[in-house]
Amino acid sequence: MSTPVLEVSGLRKSFGKDVVLQEISFEVPVHTATVFIGSSGSGKSTLLRCINLLDGIDDGIINLDGEEISDPRINADEVRRKLGMVFQSFNLFPHMSVMDNITLSPIRVQGIDKEQARSAAQALLSRFGLLEKADQYPDRLSGGQQQRVAIIRSLALKPRLLLLDEVTSALDPVLVNEVLSTVRDLKVEGMTMVIATHEMGFAKQVADEVCFLHQGRIVEYGPPGEVLEDPRDSRTQDFLKRVHEAGRL
Amino acid sequence: MTNPLESTAPKGRASSIGNDIPDWQPSQLELTRKRIRREQNRRNILVAVGSSFLVLGTLVSILITSPGFKSLSDTFFAWAYGFEILPKVILGFTTNLILTVIAATCVSIFGLILALTRTSRSPALTPFRFLATLYVDVFRGVPMLLIILLVGFGIPSLRLRGLTNNVFVLGTTAVIITYSAYVAEVLRSGILTVHPSQRAAARSLGLSNFQTLRHVVLPQALRRVTPPLLNDLVALIKDTGLVSILGVTDAVRAAQISSSRSFNYTPYVMAAILFLMVTVPLTRFTDRTMRRAIERQNAQGLA
Repeated sequence: MSTPVLEVSGLRKSFGKDVVLQEISFEVPVHTATVFIGSSGSGKSTLLRCINLLDGIDDGIINLDGEEISDPRINADEVRRKLGMVFQSFNLFPHMSVMDNITLSPIRVQGIDKEQARSAAQALLSRFGLLEKADQYPDRLSGGQQQRVAIIRSLALKPRLLLLDEVTSALDPVLVNEVLSTVRDLKVEGMTMVIATHEMGFAKQVADEVCFLHQGRIVEYGPPGEVLEDPRDSRTQDFLKRVHEAGRL
Repeated sequence: MTNPLESTAPKGRASSIGNDIPDWQPSQLELTRKRIRREQNRRNILVAVGSSFLVLGTLVSILITSPGFKSLSDTFFAWAYGFEILPKVILGFTTNLILTVIAATCVSIFGLILALTRTSRSPALTPFRFLATLYVDVFRGVPMLLIILLVGFGIPSLRLRGLTNNVFVLGTTAVIITYSAYVAEVLRSGILTVHPSQRAAARSLGLSNFQTLRHVVLPQALRRVTPPLLNDLVALIKDTGLVSILGVTDAVRAAQISSSRSFNYTPYVMAAILFLMVTVPLTRFTDRTMRRAIERQNAQGLA
């Protein structure tokens, strides 16, 4: 079998005395999606920030395409070009139009010709039904549209791996669906993804593997049919029961 | 009893929303409310006009009936004399304007360098960061008049070759030194208000630290601090009058020369009017920019 896109082993992360993540090990083979579930504060976002080298780690190894990116001598800017990340709070640049948001990195980082970058961005926008918003500024878009633009922006770099950090948590239920269907499309197209989410139904649909994080540890790990429907660990059962009660399953 | 919400127009379909807007006619109730609002409005205007006349009239009459009013208006508001020396004061005022343009340009550059140095995290810049902090602390904490005196009289007394004795150059330098410290702090606060998540988003797109600053952080920071920067510009324009103490013939100095000959203070009033003619429109413009910035920020909060 070929090298997985992402391999994490023995990852540990703490903020001061707070150990946020420990003994985190998992693999993400190409064209698969690994979904992290767990209550707020369980370390999902921190894990994604560590993979993207936005936060340093305290121990362990992160390999991207077989190359160790947790090595401090690595050029973090170059690694991040291979990783797309989408945030809970969209983080579009408010002073740029949708088009400029998307083409900023291809033009400035990859040095792609401006016209070429624009036509590539137009192709992406029309694929996700947002072409008429190209010249709008982010504050004119709905939350769902903003988040879809943020996803397109990270796709413009043709990333090897897409990190999605609770991309629907800031949206109302109607808008959640348009964003989730975008992610489902990406999955069908074979994008390799690591996803942190509170949407269990969505996790069931797109995940190849589901990891349940509890207090910084992976408590349960396996295909969605097992972890989400027949969890063995009592903490997973408890979490899913509470999610169920909240009506999110 | 009739329904007060009954429309004055013939009834359309009550169910659809939006499509029937052309058919909409205000209800009786709304027409009554409109009349009441109009009356309230008229009363408010009357009250405003009345109170203005009362307050301003009282102030003016106190001034005019005061025993010294005649001599005051003779020494401060001798308009005929004022217009006679006006060309000299205007000529002096052009010096203030030139100084403002030169200083504002240099201050923007130097202030930005200071702000960027103070906000940078690069280990190589550590000594510069320390120096920039020291610079801002010192020059923000000392009266500008002192800096002007120190630069204006101190530098020539060093008798170093190549250094100028030109009071205009020295005065401008002192103004630049002081205002760079003010502007650096305004810019720095703007840079710090850009949310860290913006930086994270830019970095995760692979932008380098410098590219993030150049394309994401600075454009947003500058937009936010435009109103306070314009405030500083207004302050800079009037503070250029302080260089007159070195003997630069600006508007203040020109007025001083005229008034010391005639023992009449009207030239000072003329100089003041000249300053106001520039600063008041600029202040209004600043107010408008500030209001727009607030509106824009609120719009963003809603999104």
